[in-house]
Amino acid sequence: MTEWETVVGLEVHCELATATKLFCACRNAFGDEPNTNICPVCLGLPGSLPVLNRGAVELAMRLGLALGCTVEPSLFHRKNYFYPDMPKDYQVSQYDQPINVDGVLELADGTRVGIERAHLEEDTGKSTHVGGGGRIHEADHSLVDYNRAGVPLVEVVSRPDLRSAEAARAYVNELRAVLVATGASDARMEEGSMRVDANISVRPVDFSTLGTRCEVKNLNSTRSLGRAIDYEARRQIALLEAGEQVTQQTRHWDEADGRTHPLRSKEEAYDYRYFPEPDLVPLVPGDAWRTSVAESLPPLPAPRRRRLAEATGSATAAVAVVVERGLDDLVLAALAAGGDAQRLVVHAEHDLAGGVGALTTDAFAALTRMEADGALTATQAKAVLAELVANGGDPAAVAAALGYEAMAGDALAVAVDDAIAANPDAWARYLAGDTKVSGFFVGQVMRATKGQADGRVVTALLGQRADAGG
Amino acid sequence: MGDESTYLAAGEIAAAVRGGERSAVEVVEEHLAVIAGREPEVHAFNAVGDAQARMAAELIDRRVAAGEDPGPLAGVPVALKDNLCTAGVPTTCSSRILEGWLPPYDATVVTRLGLAGAIAMGKTNLDEFAMGSSTENSAFGPTRNPHDLTRVPGGSSGGSAAAVAAGFAPLALGSDTGGSIRQPAALCGVVGVKPTYGRVSRYGLIAFASSLDQIGPLAPTVADAALLLEVIAGHDPLDSTSIPEPSPSLVAGLDAGVEGLRIGVVAELMGEGVAPDVRRRVEAAAEVLAGAGAKVEEAEVPAVAYGLSAYYLIAPAEASSNLARYDGVRYGLRVDAPTTATMNVATRTAGFGAEVKRRIMLGTYALSAGYYDAYYGKAQQVRTLIVRDFAAAYESFDLLVSPTSPTTAFPLGAKAADPLTMYLSDVCTIPSNLAGDPAVSVPFGVGDDGLPVGVQILAPALAEATMLQAAAVLEDAMAGEAGTP
Repeated sequence: MTEWETVVGLEVHCELATATKLFCACRNAFGDEPNTNICPVCLGLPGSLPVLNRGAVELAMRLGLALGCTVEPSLFHRKNYFYPDMPKDYQVSQYDQPINVDGVLELADGTRVGIERAHLEEDTGKSTHVGGGGRIHEADHSLVDYNRAGVPLVEVVSRPDLRSAEAARAYVNELRAVLVATGASDARMEEGSMRVDANISVRPVDFSTLGTRCEVKNLNSTRSLGRAIDYEARRQIALLEAGEQVTQQTRHWDEADGRTHPLRSKEEAYDYRYFPEPDLVPLVPGDAWRTSVAESLPPLPAPRRRRLAEATGSATAAVAVVVERGLDDLVLAALAAGGDAQRLVVHAEHDLAGGVGALTTDAFAALTRMEADGALTATQAKAVLAELVANGGDPAAVAAALGYEAMAGDALAVAVDDAIAANPDAWARYLAGDTKVSGFFVGQVMRATKGQADGRVVTALLGQRADAGG
Repeated sequence: MGDESTYLAAGEIAAAVRGGERSAVEVVEEHLAVIAGREPEVHAFNAVGDAQARMAAELIDRRVAAGEDPGPLAGVPVALKDNLCTAGVPTTCSSRILEGWLPPYDATVVTRLGLAGAIAMGKTNLDEFAMGSSTENSAFGPTRNPHDLTRVPGGSSGGSAAAVAAGFAPLALGSDTGGSIRQPAALCGVVGVKPTYGRVSRYGLIAFASSLDQIGPLAPTVADAALLLEVIAGHDPLDSTSIPEPSPSLVAGLDAGVEGLRIGVVAELMGEGVAPDVRRRVEAAAEVLAGAGAKVEEAEVPAVAYGLSAYYLIAPAEASSNLARYDGVRYGLRVDAPTTATMNVATRTAGFGAEVKRRIMLGTYALSAGYYDAYYGKAQQVRTLIVRDFAAAYESFDLLVSPTSPTTAFPLGAKAADPLTMYLSDVCTIPSNLAGDPAVSVPFGVGDDGLPVGVQILAPALAEATMLQAAAVLEDAMAGEAGTP
């Protein structure tokens, strides 16, 4: 039986976070009253002409450079097709000379996904089909909001380097992180400022040629993306195993029934009649501009993850979460201030999801140091940290206020000895090798110390007593 | 064709209005009277804005009375080709498809005219969407040549050329994609200038072929054309293809002459297809230029022979895309049908005339997958060759000369049935559009039929000043001759 491999390439449309649209001075804003951010240019009125927004070019370059792309001299083309939400009945886009080419996106697990291109284009308006369940064919009538028409987009096209639904989701998350880090886009799938189409094919695992692909549209969340890839791969494998062929076509993901449905085949594909947009001149960003954009890039997720992993020796998954939360700078600063690497990462990963609040670098460092010294248990440290986030302050003072008396080693030893003395039978079983009894003793000591003992230290002390000959 | 005062050159009208010697209202009334007399037979206008013109004139007079200077075109009526957007005034492109549409904004040239004190007199007829050479392809009926009403005025700016020739307005604006200013100027016996591509903002000019379209002046004299061009030219941030140069000084040095200039007569545009009487007028013009001190020789620009073929791929290709927006969804005509797609088709079928449909189909074909390289791609290569050949010619010559139109004005209907014959009307003018260079048509006497002949002077990019100096020499030479229309 053939073992199959899923091959996925993604095309992600990202709305750039510019103040104004790509070719006019209308506001670029989500959620405004329909048809209020419009003018002759973005409505494509007769006689109007586009003027390229420098800010959009800069954000596109920021994204491209962040993805390791080469910024090339580029050209705008017209993509011609009729659709009511497209005011000119052509879309101004980049075709064979895109602004960004040949990059790579490194995922959290180290996978490197090739970026073929990341080009600039204008968005269309937004149609709402009224009646008939929202599908165009059954609608009574349609309404078009042109506020979105002319909003700048970058379309990021990956190479077919993804091998699973999970990898595709990780790619989208990583791209979102880069978009947010560079300020290129707010990258919100639910608001449509980030839209994903997936090219999916399957092939026997040991093959290098690509199978016939289907492009799946209408993926409104990373969850839909994952489900659609899994469904589509199963569908294609079933076809091939039944001795049939996969037809190259565009398919529509239906979230409700969990399946993809054919939209149009390759033969029915539009002939977009691309040609160079004569109303615009070639876009040739100068070296100085390109260099200044490159130098203004913030640290990006992948190098930040590497930096944190090297500094703390923590596991990949934990490091990824900390960087995703944007807590890596805090962790590194606290580490420099003498904090405990492991504990800093653990707290950043698990206890700071809601933000750092009033927590200072020094307090964070001191907290983990107290923990490492055994002055606080893990449970206590967590409670102290919550208080530091809520109200700030010094961890020692907070711990004292919470009644977490610094439990001196001697006091704990006394408590352990008391517990042994009070439970001779149990201690005999422990000495006989029944280590499960250690849990009992830890519980006894905890009760006696009102939870201020560190369970691990208690266990260690029990071991010492046993070694000493009971 | 009107009393003496109507023929005051635009510059003189402006000077008189600015000096308070004439009122703008009076100037407008005189022109409205001429229009009332002959417009019914000429049909130069789609709409005469008489009320607006009177009010605008009154404002000019008030400003003069208040001691202000309304500008270099104070009180001068200007006729606007009906593909230039005018805020709140119907702009039709002589097409049914724009029925009922009111532009919410003025074209940059219209704004600049207003700032210069000019009075918009109305919107002139054209071949639908500027596609044609006779102004017969108008949804609102043809314009007739004021010199002979059985003849066409040329096109597509036939309404603007006829308006100037008939004295309806001393100045007019046209647009020139393949000769649409120069050819009607020649056929109507007026001066018409196609400026360097990018010299005049296209913002608000309803596009035919964006990489070729250029707005320019039509006027009774070279000086008036120069004056109007000075007003409308200069960089406009709203047009990305606008040249970042200020408006050139043209009127001041107009009498500089051609002494010492090297002028070439384009051999490829003097041969087959050019009527003998037209050819003789061009030869006579060459002699006049030589007599004025220019060094005149034959010039070769081989690639212009392919200009027409390249043009009829590039222009329709761009047009097929530019005209896609007339789909019945947002403005203009809508012919209802059950689905959006069928509504699009019904609207476009009813709204566009035959020539527009022909060019949309030609252009769609030329851009289609599998044909792009053979048609559009090849045409762009030819365009590059034409640019190269002109550049080579301008190494030896300062200016070039040719006929504007191969013939004088032809009878209405003579070429309407045969598009190819009609397309040949533009064989001499198209190369300048493909090269992006400026050219002017200046009246230079009449042909055997007594109708005006235009001589075309071509110049390298941005050399409008030298070009118009040569045109002025030809104009001066004709000034004394009797029988000039």
